[in-house]
Amino acid sequence: MIVLYFVLPLALVLAGLACWAFMRATRQGQFDDLDTPPLRVLFDEEARGAGR
Amino acid sequence: MSALRADSGAVLFGHAAHAGSPVGCSHCTLAVPAGLVEQGEALQFCCHGCRTAYSVIHSCGLEAYYRLRDATDADRAPARAAGKAFSEFDDPAFDTLYVKNLQGGLREVQLYLPSVHCAACVWLVEKLPQLVPGVHASRLDFRRAVVTVTWDAGVASLSQAARALDTLGYTPHPAKEAGARDARKREDRRYLVRIGVAGAIAGNVMLLAFALYAGAFGGMEGQWEQFFRYLSFGFGVLSLAWPGRAFFKGAIASVRTRTPHLDLPIALGLAVGGVAGTVNTLRGSGEIYFDSLCVLVFALLVGRWIQHRQQRWSSDSVELLFSLTPTAAHRVGEDGSVADVAVQALVPGDIVEVRAGESIPADGVVVRGTSSVDESLLSGESRPVSVAGGSAVCAGAVNVAGVVRVRVEVSGEETRVGRLMRMVAEASTRRADVVRMADRLAVWFVVGMLSLSALTLAVWLVRDPAHAAEYATALLIVTCPCALGLATPLAMTVAIGRAARRGMLVKGADALEKLARPGVMFLDKTGTLTRGGVSVVEWFGRQDVRADVAALEAGSSHPIARALAAGAWERLPPVSDVVQTTGAGIEGTVGGTRYTVGSPEFLHARRGTADAWVDDAVRACRARALSPVVVAADTDVVAVAGLGDAVRPDSAAAVARLREMGWRPVILSGDDEEVVRAVAVRLGIPEGDARGRVGPEEKADAVRAALRDGPVVMVGDGVNDAAALAGASVGIAVHGGAEASLAAADIYLNTPGVGAIAELVTASRRTLRTIRRAFAASIFYNGFAAACAVTGYINPILAAVLMPLSSFTVLTIAFRSRTFDRAQRPLEVTP
Repeated sequence: MIVLYFVLPLALVLAGLACWAFMRATRQGQFDDLDTPPLRVLFDEEARGAGR
Repeated sequence: MSALRADSGAVLFGHAAHAGSPVGCSHCTLAVPAGLVEQGEALQFCCHGCRTAYSVIHSCGLEAYYRLRDATDADRAPARAAGKAFSEFDDPAFDTLYVKNLQGGLREVQLYLPSVHCAACVWLVEKLPQLVPGVHASRLDFRRAVVTVTWDAGVASLSQAARALDTLGYTPHPAKEAGARDARKREDRRYLVRIGVAGAIAGNVMLLAFALYAGAFGGMEGQWEQFFRYLSFGFGVLSLAWPGRAFFKGAIASVRTRTPHLDLPIALGLAVGGVAGTVNTLRGSGEIYFDSLCVLVFALLVGRWIQHRQQRWSSDSVELLFSLTPTAAHRVGEDGSVADVAVQALVPGDIVEVRAGESIPADGVVVRGTSSVDESLLSGESRPVSVAGGSAVCAGAVNVAGVVRVRVEVSGEETRVGRLMRMVAEASTRRADVVRMADRLAVWFVVGMLSLSALTLAVWLVRDPAHAAEYATALLIVTCPCALGLATPLAMTVAIGRAARRGMLVKGADALEKLARPGVMFLDKTGTLTRGGVSVVEWFGRQDVRADVAALEAGSSHPIARALAAGAWERLPPVSDVVQTTGAGIEGTVGGTRYTVGSPEFLHARRGTADAWVDDAVRACRARALSPVVVAADTDVVAVAGLGDAVRPDSAAAVARLREMGWRPVILSGDDEEVVRAVAVRLGIPEGDARGRVGPEEKADAVRAALRDGPVVMVGDGVNDAAALAGASVGIAVHGGAEASLAAADIYLNTPGVGAIAELVTASRRTLRTIRRAFAASIFYNGFAAACAVTGYINPILAAVLMPLSSFTVLTIAFRSRTFDRAQRPLEVTP
């Protein structure tokens, strides 16, 4: 069970990494507007389809 | 400000809308007036603006817009262009106010586009770089309808971009709240980071706690138990010190200002739990509490975020309202030259020129020219008023006919509309101070918790001094008001979500809370209780001539003619030999019959004496404040039409239901007394409660006066109602209202008329019942846990079961509750 002393801190480092990534994304403004981007993606497809 | 009502269904100047014509405009989908239909053409346009917009969209290869629009939201027509030059957008004064300089000669501005309404708009607006070379990017925030335009000042000017947006039908207004926006964005992000960190910590601590609980049952080696406890301790301290700091800050502020706040009992519970957990970790025995504390911090932060978002939404929209005030004026110099300046630069004594279709930039007096102005913004009365030299005009009124010059007397924030907007802002901030239900309970909670803990400590010090501190601490933690902090926002959010799905948008939880207690309900007349335009309300005499009359009137643009021409006619018979007498009537031959249609005086002059029934019909119309129109076929009078603002079919039923529920409906209208009284009689409202000739300031005063006696709900749709809407306990804006009223109101009904209000009141009562039920459940759990703690029976397993169970119960109660009846709206009447 001595492996726990290595695995647990490792898991915590991973959790820390996830937290850091989330904070970075938030500070870049990726969560500022959650309404427009889904619509935008939808229409990019439509426009390309119409061009073909 | 013409765009202010562009969306509201009010007919813009020069934009004729014929409900009866079967051909739809290729751009805006509104019906094309019979006179403008081009036979055999695939493309039909209702006005020049739509034709231009269509050709611009077409020539840039953006036709996909129409397909997207039809696929996403076919009901809503795109708004029409204002056709302005927007040269003030290049003014240096404008630059310093709104424009941000970026690196590499690029500049950025935020523009508010009130007419953005559907998903296809996002697509079209973001194609701006394709339309205007030099514009680098155009990003739309759909919810706020604010576009961020980045352009190269060396290649393009902002006015070019603004004109392009306007041609597409999105009249731009500089977003005046852009500066405050950055600070807010940072605050929003901080909230999110806090929730994310608290959630990650809570998840990890729960995993550790499961291992510890399993160990408590199945046995666990001491070294591992200590390792896990120290890890939990680390997480707990991190959670309290970082995301949990917000509660301690709130509690300190609450103590300092001596106002009760829910943060106080929460911080108390967290602090005591944290200290006790730390002591027990270091001692190596006893309950460590950190699992409960971390989950608590996370759950409470989520609850707070939900509330915060609702408040942010409403304050955003109120501030965008200021963007709609006019930004430019044509100032006449001393040498007679006309220059465009920003409105901020106007001072009393300046002479400004106001062209047809523009709104007046400041309060003043007409010095040259005659015209008529639409003051519906301030008076709610849609009929234009004639002005000539010496007439006083108000900022925000739209000049609908000729060119006039106005001497500025008051400008900027001191104008009547500026003062009105300020009243809206003041009333909105005042309302934010309302003490919440949970906060009122907070004081009692703290007092109760502390006295019970003190009592526990005292009793156990006598009976078993070794465990006294442990039991008292356990009590403080298990009674931490998690459900109390979660129950209200959760139940409210569920109810608000359900209301939104039924087309009732509720901006703040407190609005829903306050609708539960009956009081006075002020109702605006025009557009709220009535349809808000002229239509045929009564028809005496022969019905079969209506199609012929419609054909005769179809060629005319007078409001009365339009009302007579409206209707579901399959094919209108051809008309010949039309003679029009301005302001009196029209003559023409339809299907071999010579018709004369006009005012009773006109017909009297033409035909001599009339029958007794005609006089009776005319009198009946006048008694009900309708304008009578007499129809004669050849020599005989065959029909009398009563025209006016028709009462919506569901108004009477809605008013009756509200009275049943204990509300007192009162009509407040800017219209004439007799018209208001006639509507009141039809709705069964006593005459004393029908007030006519009430200006916007008086409406706000009436609301304020009534507030002294109890809750006041204001229902309206216009800018003239905005101050009253903001001042009332709850302001409700109805469908088709001006943006200002939407911004000022707490609730926006997506369906026309007042039918949904009674339903919303019922929903509000049910929601409050749900909250009380959730409170009862959490108090039951807390009471049970407190009893266990007081008697010394609390143990980690019991606490671990009780905590999630109480939260789960609160969740279940909130989601299982019934907010609305399953049946479709009983009050909705299909037109």
